Amino acid sequence: MTSVLETPVVLPDDPRPIASGALRRPVRTDGFWSWITSVDHKRVGIMYGVTAMTFFVIGGFEALLIRLQLAAPNGRILDANAYNQVFTMHGTTMVFLVVMPLGAAFMNYLIPLQVGARDVAFPRLNALSYWTFLFGGLFLYSSVFLGGMPNGGWFGYAPNTSIVFSPGHNIDFWIGGLLITGIASTVGAVNLIVTCLNLRAPGMGLFRMPVFTWMSLVTQFLLLFALPVITIALFLLMFDRNFGANFFNPANGGDPVLWQHLFWLFGHPEVYIMIMPAFGIVSEVIPVFSRKPIFGYKVMVFSGIAIGFMGWGVWVHHMFAAGLGPVSVTAFSISTMFIAVPTGVKIFNWIGTMWKGSLWFTSALMFAIGEVAMFTIGGLSGVTHSVSPHDRQQTDTYYVVAHFHYVLFGGAVFGIFAGIYFWYPKVFGQLLDEKLGKIHFWLFFIGFNLTFGPHHILGLQGMPRRIYTYPTGTGWDFWNMMSTIGSFIIAAGLLVFFANVRKTDRRHKRDHLTVEADPWDARSLEWSIPSPAPAYNFIEAPEVHAVDDWWHRKYTEDEDGRMLRLDGFDKVKAGAEVRLKPGQSVHLPSPSYYPIIAAASLFLAMYGVVYGRSAGANYVITGLGVLLLVCTLIAWGLEPPTEPHDALADPDADRLLGLTPAGPAQGELGRGDSAEEQPALAGGPKAGPSSKGEAG
Amino acid sequence: MGVSRGSSLRRGAAAVTCLAVLGAGCASDTPQNTLNAQGPFSQTLNDLIRPVFVLAAVVFVFVEGLIVFAVVRFRRRTEDDRPEQIHGSTKFELAWTIIPALLLVFVGVLTVSKIFYLDRQFKDSMQVEVIGHQWWWEYNYKDAKGATVVAAANELHIPVGRKVQLNLTSADVIHNFWPPKLAGKVYAIPGRRNHMTIQADKADFYYGECAEFCGLSHANMRLRVVAQPQADFDRWMQANSATTPAATYPIVAAADQATASEEAKGATLFLQKGCSGCHAVNGVSRGAVGPNLTYFNSRATFAGAIFANDNDNLRSWLRDPPAEKPGSLMPKLNLSEAEITSLTAYLRTLGDPALRGAPIPAGLAAGPPQP
Repeated sequence: MTSVLETPVVLPDDPRPIASGALRRPVRTDGFWSWITSVDHKRVGIMYGVTAMTFFVIGGFEALLIRLQLAAPNGRILDANAYNQVFTMHGTTMVFLVVMPLGAAFMNYLIPLQVGARDVAFPRLNALSYWTFLFGGLFLYSSVFLGGMPNGGWFGYAPNTSIVFSPGHNIDFWIGGLLITGIASTVGAVNLIVTCLNLRAPGMGLFRMPVFTWMSLVTQFLLLFALPVITIALFLLMFDRNFGANFFNPANGGDPVLWQHLFWLFGHPEVYIMIMPAFGIVSEVIPVFSRKPIFGYKVMVFSGIAIGFMGWGVWVHHMFAAGLGPVSVTAFSISTMFIAVPTGVKIFNWIGTMWKGSLWFTSALMFAIGEVAMFTIGGLSGVTHSVSPHDRQQTDTYYVVAHFHYVLFGGAVFGIFAGIYFWYPKVFGQLLDEKLGKIHFWLFFIGFNLTFGPHHILGLQGMPRRIYTYPTGTGWDFWNMMSTIGSFIIAAGLLVFFANVRKTDRRHKRDHLTVEADPWDARSLEWSIPSPAPAYNFIEAPEVHAVDDWWHRKYTEDEDGRMLRLDGFDKVKAGAEVRLKPGQSVHLPSPSYYPIIAAASLFLAMYGVVYGRSAGANYVITGLGVLLLVCTLIAWGLEPPTEPHDALADPDADRLLGLTPAGPAQGELGRGDSAEEQPALAGGPKAGPSSKGEAG
Repeated sequence: MGVSRGSSLRRGAAAVTCLAVLGAGCASDTPQNTLNAQGPFSQTLNDLIRPVFVLAAVVFVFVEGLIVFAVVRFRRRTEDDRPEQIHGSTKFELAWTIIPALLLVFVGVLTVSKIFYLDRQFKDSMQVEVIGHQWWWEYNYKDAKGATVVAAANELHIPVGRKVQLNLTSADVIHNFWPPKLAGKVYAIPGRRNHMTIQADKADFYYGECAEFCGLSHANMRLRVVAQPQADFDRWMQANSATTPAATYPIVAAADQATASEEAKGATLFLQKGCSGCHAVNGVSRGAVGPNLTYFNSRATFAGAIFANDNDNLRSWLRDPPAEKPGSLMPKLNLSEAEITSLTAYLRTLGDPALRGAPIPAGLAAGPPQP
């Protein structure tokens, strides 16, 4: 394997400007435009996180509307049309615009840090991922002002989504938005897979990667193979609607069940795409706060891989009522049952990690343990779904709503908040308030169980999903009211979290507080660099000797197997605080305008597709968008690898010192190289950082 | 000792069952309670799931117990705790791979036999074609040759103790036929034919609804199964024969409005206002978009079993159907109050109200909320 880290790029001393005019790369490293043009994986990760959190608030608001409508029989908050839009967008938002991108936020930010890399493999593609995600989300929600939001459910079953039964543009926006966000995930998957496989630090074999990185890698492979399936399905649906292709139209020989197969062949791996990053997060948080290594590292990794494979063989359990014949139902019942085995192994291994540990109850650990406890419930109800004869009672009822919220809220969202509390100091250089964090946890924990626990009962009492109203006399009143109360407790918890962010920020700024590199006494490489993580990540490529390499630099085990501080403990910890000195330089990938322009061109093109259905002339908009995209990609390809100024970690310091800027790494990379530029390290594991001061 | 251990085991088992039952919410009976099985097919499902629920409850208590124990027992005592660094245990990891797998083999064996049983098509069963529409159910009772002998809507009459095979399809989008106390649900898919068998063990009314999102008024697509003793059922079949023509009335000319009966005026409006284009009345019209109305007055409900079939509801419906039920394919016909009176009178002549059975509970028959 050839890795950049093994063949470090040393900057040439001779700065040679290599481009000018339209193809200049942006150079600013602060201010608004620096975020627009940033290709730094950490900034991209933060933008992913902030955007997804914004959509979380929107999706949560939709959830509250749903719960208000269903709090009592004959609700009048929403009419049928509004309700169908709101529940469709709640599901679509939470899946595609919240949980997936929150996972992407963590993976973008952490994978390069955990494998000891300078950045992701393709930094500009990474920015493209983010911008297409954002524009896809904006495209979906622009429907609010353009005739109404999608209303066919997040699953969009044919033929209800056909032009005959959904003649408006609602479904067109759904197709367009998901196609755009799908590009984001596919591009991101390629990027992060290559990063994991090719950019690991010296000594970091695959089986020294942290479990979070492993679970992320599995997730990215799932994305890489699952997204083409939904993309194809959406294209077929678009061709049905725009060009009368009849793929799903039974009247002309099409088959609506084909849509279900395609959707769930994507949709089930999608569940693991959403939960796997949370599994990874929990697998990082629990060992740190138990002061023990993860119990059964390899089993954790292999169970994740097993879930990744088995996740492809269970999709028909979404279709047990579709009439696919007893043999296929049997096969998929059994596969669904047995996917519980590797999942159960993970739960027991997490408990094993806590066992005989020294549990430090931070907010992060509480959310992580909450994840384990809540996901267990979702897993058990999942096993009851695999009992396919009885699933014919459960499916399409609130019992299923309970199940997947225990998996995706109790599992994924709790895991994600564990990660937020855990890595917040690394990302923002601030420690969130622990007291408010615990209030947040308990509000979430109580509110969540009060909201979704009753859904089990409602489902078994025969309440179907996706109904905008129910009459009196069904016996569903009490638990629906409890559920609505619970949903507002969750909302209160989220407000506490935002208050915590605000309070933390104010306190740190007022008191000029800083956070040490390793506030939790943690285990993986990202804690060996200052907080917040500097733009260049590591000054030198770390050399890795073990799983949890950072922990092994601080501790060893005595003859009883108990942890023991190494002699150089304080020195090692102090080393984590070392930053690049002014004048020292590290080559960083240069910012670029093109990712956001490329994403915007897709956004434009898709409006043409939506409105082309009403008037063919509107396809001109698509043409313009595609033209812009092609031009952008050509410019992208011709863009110089770097501009002189960006090679500095701290240009201001350099300017103040009166030093000349560092040269580009163009000699190594080659101008006009069609491959994405590689982030390069200045200085290999043995070599020191190249110092501009000396060079100048 | 042995005795007390036995009883405490029993108490434990009882507690676990209670938990499962509580969680399942079958404490109070509700009209669509899945756990209150009223026929052999729904009972089969419940017999299957009960041990799985108990097993799940045991696993739940065990796992959550471990978590709670760990949380209490292993909390940090001092910041200088130096826990033993356990990296794993092949023995334990094998155990918690193999034991759950064995439990799942047990669940799997139980499950598989029932999958094939529930898919059987019984030779002696009665055949009813069920067609889902936005947003109502069409039922065509078939004779041995496959000809329709009774065409009904929304309320499915079945004889007690007899297997009834429902052959499901759809006229538009995918629907999902679900009478929870009698069976699980099966999709009604356009262009496909699925089947399910139901059987009711006692004469009663069983409520259900469409369970697959089918568009705007998905929530307003309810159904009712009327299980009757064989003799009553036979009488119903006879009285609802698809081959018996309905009473006909001469067309009432404009000049005769003052003297003609309301029924005759209604029959004329039925033809003139376009009703007959969508609704069949045996011997009068062949419309196939909406329900066959030949025996409209013998049904306790209408419009997807969401309204009690009384004159107030019927008048409101005729006044403005889409306002009563969002998205209703029956348009607002701008009928005058007098015309509504005539049409109502005519519809009341169609079918025998004595066949309705018990009225639908008031709450379930109130229709959707009005804005």
